[in-house]
Parts: sequence; C-alpha cells; structure tokens
Amino acid sequence: PALAGKLGLGREALPEEIAAWNLDVHPDGSGLPVGSGSVEDGEVVFIENCAVCHGEFAEGSGNWPKLAGGEGSLADKDPLKTVGSYWPYLSTVYDYVRRSMPFGAAQTMSDDDVYAIVAYILYSNYLVEDDFVLSNENFLDVEMPNAGGFIVDDRNTSEAHFWTEPCMENCKEGEVKITMRATVLDVTPEEEGAAEE
Amino acid sequence: MTVRFTGKKPSRRAFLKGTLASTAGVVAGAGAANAAGPDPLITEKQEWAMGTGEGVDATPYGLPIKYEDDVIRRNVEWLTADTISSINFSPIHALDGTITPQGCAFERHHSGAIELRKEDYRLMINGLVDTPLVFTYEDLERFPRVNKTFFLECAANTGMEWAGAQLNGAQFTHGMIHNMEYSGVTLRTLLEEAGLNAAGDLKDKWVYVEGADASSNGRSIPMEKALDDCMIAFKANGEALRKEHGYPARLVVPGWEGNMWVKWIRRIEVSDSAVESREETSKYTDTLEDGTSRKWTWVMDAKSVVTSPSPQSPIKHGKGPLVITGLAWSGRGAITRVDVSKDGGKTWETARLANPGQPMALTRFYLDTEWNGEEMFLQSRAMDETGYVQPTKAMLREVRGENSVYHNNCIQTWWVKADGEAENVEVS
Repeated sequence: PALAGKLGLGREALPEEIAAWNLDVHPDGSGLPVGSGSVEDGEVVFIENCAVCHGEFAEGSGNWPKLAGGEGSLADKDPLKTVGSYWPYLSTVYDYVRRSMPFGAAQTMSDDDVYAIVAYILYSNYLVEDDFVLSNENFLDVEMPNAGGFIVDDRNTSEAHFWTEPCMENCKEGEVKITMRATVLDVTPEEEGAAEE
Repeated sequence: MTVRFTGKKPSRRAFLKGTLASTAGVVAGAGAANAAGPDPLITEKQEWAMGTGEGVDATPYGLPIKYEDDVIRRNVEWLTADTISSINFSPIHALDGTITPQGCAFERHHSGAIELRKEDYRLMINGLVDTPLVFTYEDLERFPRVNKTFFLECAANTGMEWAGAQLNGAQFTHGMIHNMEYSGVTLRTLLEEAGLNAAGDLKDKWVYVEGADASSNGRSIPMEKALDDCMIAFKANGEALRKEHGYPARLVVPGWEGNMWVKWIRRIEVSDSAVESREETSKYTDTLEDGTSRKWTWVMDAKSVVTSPSPQSPIKHGKGPLVITGLAWSGRGAITRVDVSKDGGKTWETARLANPGQPMALTRFYLDTEWNGEEMFLQSRAMDETGYVQPTKAMLREVRGENSVYHNNCIQTWWVKADGEAENVEVS
C-alpha cells in the first residue's frame, strides 16, 4: 500500500521539543547554530575537558583516540585516521562533539565552546593558524584534506567475481600449508573458574 | 567468572572439563557403550531418582543450569580503550539451532547500556514530514504489528582477522552476531503516520535515526530501505528487549551492518541529504589499499563459520561419527547452500541445511561425517540466493588490502589436530 490511512496515534511535536533533540549538522552546514569560537579559547576548553584522554595537542593519550596527525598515512600498512588525515567533513566534528563529547559528560558544552574546540582541533592538525576564529559564517571555508577520499560502496562491481560457480574438486594445487597460527600471537582471553566440580 | 590472559590455550580447559564431567567416577573417555562393567549411573539408585527437585516457585525467571556457565558473553580487553564503548562476543561455539538466547547475545555500546523506562521513553519523527510527531511507548504498541527473524552482525565481526589469524575461537572471530525473532512496527507505518507528502519525491530522501544514549549512534538510511523492511522492535525472542539491546525499542535493519540497528531509538528525521555522521565517516567506512575508503557499505555479505569442532569446542569423543556444524547467513537474502571442506579447500562436500534458509537470518548447517582421527583443515563456504559465494581471505585482500577493518566475510579455517583440539589458522 502507498500511503495507508492514519491511525491518529502520537501527537504533534512542539518546536521546542524538536529544537532540543534535532542537533544534527549536515555537510552543507545546515543545522549549525549561530556562534563562534577561537583557537585560543579552544585550547583552554580542550585542555580542561578533553586533553585527559585526547592529549594536550589532540595527539591522543594511551589507547584513546588520536584527533590529530597521520597526514598522508591512509595507504600505509598501519594508517593513522584522525580528523585531519581522514574525516571528510567538518560538520561531523561539530555535530559529534556537541552531541556526544566529553565521553561521560556529553551535551555539557555551549555552542560557542564547541566552535572553539573544533577550531583548536583544526589548529592541532595544522589546518588553520593560531589566530583563527571559527563561526557558522566561515564554517564551510575550511578545507578538509580527505574530503575527496571516499567512494560509495562499489562491491557489486569491484567484487562481481564473487558471484560464481564454486569449485568442488581439485580446487588447490599441491599441499595445503599453514601460513599463520592464532596461538603464536596468543592474545585470546582464557576463561577461568567455570563450573569446577 | 573472570577472564585473564595466560600462555595457555582456551581449548585446554574445555578439553579437561569435558573428560571430567561425570561425577560418578567413570573412567575418563569411557562412554557407556564400551564401559568394562555395569554403569553405576544405571545400576545404583541416584539421588535425583529418589528425592525431589526444586519447586515451581524456586525460580520465577530462570538462568541456565550451572553446568553451562561457560556459555557466556566474553570481552577481549585489549580491543578497546575501555568497556563502555566496546564489544563482547556471543558464545556461538556452544550454541545450536539459530535463535540466540538474549542473555548471552553480544553487546556493542558506544556510551554504555543505558536504563530507559517505558514511561520515560519518547520517539520523535521530524524533518520533511507532514506533521512532526511524538510517540510514547504505549502508542507504539497500538500500531499494527509484525514479527520477523533476522541476524544482527556487527560490521567489525571478524575484523581483527584481516591481517592474520589472531583470536583463537569462533566466539572471538565470529561472535559479534545474534539472531532473534523481533516483534514491532514497521518503520513505514510510523513514517506514514507522520505523512510523507511533504518529502516530495522519496527517491533521493534519507532518514536519520539516533538513540537516546550519549553516543546517539546517529546513522543515515536511504528512504528506499526505510520503507522496505526496517522495523522498530520492542520484543525479541518473545519478551521485551534486554536493556543492553535497546530496551524499550530499537531499530531493526535487516541484512545491514549492526551499527545501523540504533538502540534506545529516540528520533527519526526525514531529510534530503545524508547527515554523514561520525558513525558513517570516521567509523564504518572501509579503507582500501590505495588509501581511498568505501562509505555506505551497508549490506553484510554471505558468510559462514564452523562452530563445532572449533578451538573452544574440540573433538573429545575420538574417532567415528562426527557432527560438523555451523552457521551461515547473508544480508543479500536467503542462504541456499553451504559447502564444507576438511582439507583446506581442495575438495568440498555440500552440507545439510537444518531448515531452508530464511532471508537475512542465521541458517544452521550440519555435515554428518566419520572422523578417522587424522588432522583436518575445516572450512565452510556459504552461497546465497543471489549466487554470491563466500570468498577466501586472499580474494578479499586482493580487492581491499588489509585495512578495511569492517566487512570481513572470509572463509575461516580451523586446524583440527589428531588429538581433537582445534586452532584458528590461515592456510595457503
């Protein structure tokens, strides 16, 4: 059925309610709040709220995510994917920080603080100067290095050869040999204390 | 139950436990068929045949018997920075059939498993709709309902195995998956309640879905899929969703990567562009060898794994009849065939499907065979109704390199040794 008859369930959402929950920012900047923040202010906010996990220069601490660095590493054996080296859109940085960071105390930042943090992350990635001020006005002027680095899922063509009639007999020449063993790495957790009788 | 790292193989414990399972002191390894004398479990009156068991009021909601207490979710500490934004694994090596018991079905959270009462639950539909709406949980239960079984596989399932054989057990290599029977409302029903005339041509439209938790886990879904088979589910395997699986309501996105199955779903927004949120740019994008990355790799391709024998489920009964069993699934439709190889892919036998494959749901396969006690390189290879054949890891690496992180649906090899123990290996 195209458009089924309405059941009359639910009630109309109020503008205040939509505003409270609809925080997403699209790559074209739609959804950005009016506001601004400087690299200078961002450094202070970042060090107070973010650096304990992400490092003072957004370089990461321990096993926590690195937000800066890794330029030109995407084709390496171990790529370092950060905002600077990997993320295609700045909108995602604003959206994600405002909605979900700091980890454990999300949605505690003002819109201007988020602009300042985003400015500081850009600075940490050498993408803006230290006197840069980010606002909803100049947001789209920032060029993200890996903006052109993504293609839409192409498995139907690049992996078309996986649709095939499978081999059943004599499928490999010569002896089948082990080339890698998980127990050599030995990083699997071992269970302990199960049902001792 | 604690989990720690040691130099011993996880299968060793399971191996010993199996031989010591009998409390009656039967000689290890001796089955009833070849016992030297009368079996005291038969000839001596047992306590359970004389006294009484527990009353019906003992267990208003039961857990598995204690002897099954190794059939549990397990965490691998080093995979993530903390346990809040992390993953655990379903014990698929010990399960059979296709329905995953909810209590041991894997979890993946980005800001922990939140507690959200039905009374506090709200679902909003906004954006390009005729009337933006707010629903309570009670409202959801009044919509016409559907009932469907689907697998949910994390995009990262088997992701640690891209560069080599790493974790030793099907639970760890393939356990970011569960399969449940969901009851709920189709997303189409809810969108039509809000009205889609305002959206105009639906072809190029998107819905953005987000959860009530701090991570929000926002993802963009093309309208075509949203109107096709997505569901807002509030029951799984007959009962309310577990807290850790999105209580009281989650999104079901059949065949597509688990990240999109937004838990504790609080908002659905119709828009004319994808949000390109963190979970579809920084994460859940698949980097190829040349450094470019695929985005929007939504569907989970055909895949299978032998769950037994496997490293955590070694052969303990010696030579003779052996049940080789496992799971197969495809996000592109129903599984039509599973082949099994004992010699590392030189020759294949077609296994028996326990039931006909259902679209985008787990399918159980069996190969009833005889084991002559020699080592085997066990593999399984799934085919789906589109004719897609599960590839080897080498075939995947040839197209993608080793840094895709996600969507590793390669053929798995277990090296079953002469003593019956099994190990995760790669073979030539």
